[in-house]
Amino acid sequence: MTQLVKINVTVNGVSYEREVEPRLLLSDFIRHDLKLTGTHVGCEHGLCGACTILFDGESVRSCIMFAVMADRHTIETVESLGTPDHLHPLQEAFMEKHALQCGFCTPGFLMTLVDYLGDNKNPTDEEIREAIDGNFCRCTGYENIVEAVRLAAKKMAAHS
Amino acid sequence: MAERVFHKSILRNEDPQILAGKAQYLDDIEIPGMLYAAFKRSDYAHARLKSIDVSEAKALPGVIGVYTAEDFGDLVKPGPLQVPPPTAIKGATYASRTIMPIVKDKVRYSGEPVAVVIAESRYIAEDACDFIYPEFEPLDAVIDLEKALQPGAPLVHEDLPSNEAAHVIQERGNYPEAAANADIVIKKKIYMDRVAAVALENRGIVVNWDDKAQMMTIWCGTQSPITLRNATATRMGLFENQVRVITPFTGGGFGPKINTSMPDDVLLTELAVRLNRPIKWYEDRRENFLATTSERDQVHYAEIALTKEGKILGFKDVFYHNSGAYDSYMMTVPLNTQTHTVSNYNIPSFYTEIFMVFTNEMVVTPVRGAGRPQGVFVMERMIDAAARELKMDVAEIRRINLIQPDAYPVSTGIIGQDFVEGVLDSGDYPTALAKVMEMIDYKKFREEIQPKARAEGRHLGIGICTFTEGTGVGPYEGAKITVGGNGKVSVATGVATQGQAHYTSFAQIAAEQLGVEVKDVKVITGDTGAFAWGAGTFASRGATVAGTAIHLAAVKVKNKALKLASQILETPESELELVGGFVQVADLPDKKISLGDLASKANPMRGTFPPGAEPGLEAVAYYGPPYGATGAGCMAMILDVDAETMKPKIERLVMVHDCGIPINPMVVEGQVHGGVQMGIGNAFFEKVFYDETGQLLTASFMDYLFPQATDMPPKMELGHTEIPSPLNPLGIKGVGEAGAIPTPAVFTQALEDALFDTGVEIMESNLSPSKVYTYVQKAKGA
Repeated sequence: MTQLVKINVTVNGVSYEREVEPRLLLSDFIRHDLKLTGTHVGCEHGLCGACTILFDGESVRSCIMFAVMADRHTIETVESLGTPDHLHPLQEAFMEKHALQCGFCTPGFLMTLVDYLGDNKNPTDEEIREAIDGNFCRCTGYENIVEAVRLAAKKMAAHS
Repeated sequence: MAERVFHKSILRNEDPQILAGKAQYLDDIEIPGMLYAAFKRSDYAHARLKSIDVSEAKALPGVIGVYTAEDFGDLVKPGPLQVPPPTAIKGATYASRTIMPIVKDKVRYSGEPVAVVIAESRYIAEDACDFIYPEFEPLDAVIDLEKALQPGAPLVHEDLPSNEAAHVIQERGNYPEAAANADIVIKKKIYMDRVAAVALENRGIVVNWDDKAQMMTIWCGTQSPITLRNATATRMGLFENQVRVITPFTGGGFGPKINTSMPDDVLLTELAVRLNRPIKWYEDRRENFLATTSERDQVHYAEIALTKEGKILGFKDVFYHNSGAYDSYMMTVPLNTQTHTVSNYNIPSFYTEIFMVFTNEMVVTPVRGAGRPQGVFVMERMIDAAARELKMDVAEIRRINLIQPDAYPVSTGIIGQDFVEGVLDSGDYPTALAKVMEMIDYKKFREEIQPKARAEGRHLGIGICTFTEGTGVGPYEGAKITVGGNGKVSVATGVATQGQAHYTSFAQIAAEQLGVEVKDVKVITGDTGAFAWGAGTFASRGATVAGTAIHLAAVKVKNKALKLASQILETPESELELVGGFVQVADLPDKKISLGDLASKANPMRGTFPPGAEPGLEAVAYYGPPYGATGAGCMAMILDVDAETMKPKIERLVMVHDCGIPINPMVVEGQVHGGVQMGIGNAFFEKVFYDETGQLLTASFMDYLFPQATDMPPKMELGHTEIPSPLNPLGIKGVGEAGAIPTPAVFTQALEDALFDTGVEIMESNLSPSKVYTYVQKAKGA
């Protein structure tokens, strides 16, 4: 049997102590060990961006990290943003601009953008496209996502 | 009067749950005791399987079992045809060789499964695949479509005399005569290559056999849950009501998820019963590229015959269609190519001939567009070749050949994927063309913008093409609508949802009739426990066919409510209306009864029940069209090409589209956006590339270029024409594939126009900067 490693991870404000295989992907740890299935896995080779989470506040791809790398670190997933009844302004903007269809890539976009908009309060369309260039979407053609980001920036400025 | 909710951009019911990360997709499903599957796949495209050693894999801790063909006995046989053969077409010949669940003696495409591992975790199952040792005798692979039909070519199916999977000729008028009477006849060879569907969620399945209840539950993101249920029950000797298929939230479909009786569902249903444990398989991206399905590989030899004024007299197209290793989906894709080649133009003579070919490549089934982009690409490229020869404007030559708005219905004489002669039900193609020309300011572009850009050394080109989209084909769909005691409405239909907003658009159709809020309508799609009749989500038919069934069921429920309310309120039905969840007297809105109360009264628990009555505020309805409703449109694009790097930038993209009356215009625009993105990928970025040995060279996103946000135009400028289809009461036509259909043709046309000074002519799609560069060098004679 593979040796297990004990890790301490804070996810969405909750501290977890778990024993994991050293090779366990962080994405699988979040989804299957912690049952936070809002984080999605689309390619498992770091390209599609569906598995994006915040790792110590920075957006990263959880499918190309190991769970052991998260020991004594802080993670936020899509579940940290809002609830169906109280959406985060970014989520509201996605809904209002029809920026999602099948929704599988959406959590990755949200986590990329919540990081990006934290640092960039009023991006241009071109800057928005650069910011989401590492997230693949097959349904929307990205146009409504760009519009949603523009709207979200306004909403978030009004909230702050 | 109730507020109208049909034909309105209403925000989606499903969004809050998805956005909060609370929507359950396939791989989110966990059942206690669950096991995990992984497939060992062949690295060879064409080989005999001599032996396979699984002993080391079986010995791995955590492995429950490793199974090869010999463990599955009679299950190892060709699966059912997914689509009937083209017997409706006179003279058509075909050979059906359907998908095998696992390789017994011969591998026919790279990625075909040779063993399946069941283990306590996905990690262990995948580990075990590395300890399985198949011994292969490699064979020469069949890859090139034309060489495949030459005498002496290796055979994909050795029991057949050749690699010809099917041969179909369809014609109208008399092409040889048209060519003889023409002022010019132009002949070209035209290619289109494969694209992958690339739903962001891969395929997968969860099977749970409850031995005590003798019930099987299957969760699967299939586009065709009822087919999956029926095939599973038939194969396993179960009653249909012992098998329930549930489609959870599904991360995109785009075609390949229509297939059932695939290796995974055939083998894993069997193993779940045998092991009496739930089993999950979730495909990885490499497997998705290797071993699902894809399409578009065709080689065309096209001829166009015209007068010197540019009137098209005839069109001839002989083409080779790659079917891949098996042809379970028969001829849907190439028949769509035939029906979409000349559909929007007035062309008296048309001859179209298909050679469908088996190759040692992944199986071909529809991908968003499904043969239509190829037909449109061939036609539009030939018209451009004619315009060049005749020195005509590319928009004008199209304008003078379009079918006129007073011509409908137009019988095309060509039988399509639904096995009836194609009929264009309605449309206005000249208006779409005129609108696009106006929106993109075609005249100004030609007279001012382009000459100025060229004078400055910029390579700015324009493309403008028209197209049709056959949608909403039969056979039929159905729906059941029930009003609950809480006054809320549930709608169940057999089609499955992969992101198309059915939870909202279908709710709008029901809410419109029943006078309730859209958010108070709960739509269930793709759960055979809720509704078990229908064909599935394909051919842009969900909104048209299932949507119409929902409308008809809602009307029945409404009539039932009115009848009952009329008795209770002692008012004639004609004076009642359904508003805000109540049936009320139109002139005395205080005199009313809630739908919830009516539903309860319609379901008495004691007392008597009138003969012939049916309980509840519930109704079922079905709808099947005589033939599909045809959407159409026109697209134009301005490309700025860097003549050194050949990198194209889409400056503007304009599209005018007709899908009849849109249920939810916001959703329609979203569908078009996604289709256009796929079309742009098809034109320039995406290519499923097989080498001559049948090795797939594009099995990851490192090699398969997926269109990203910076690859798209700054804005997709959309205009709509709304010409209701006379085929259904709501006037709907489908839209799911529209964006993908004209885009490769428009892009290539604009690219040629941009590079006019090189004289380049490009008769293929799935381009890349290096390929365009090669074309240009060739054109320059370098």
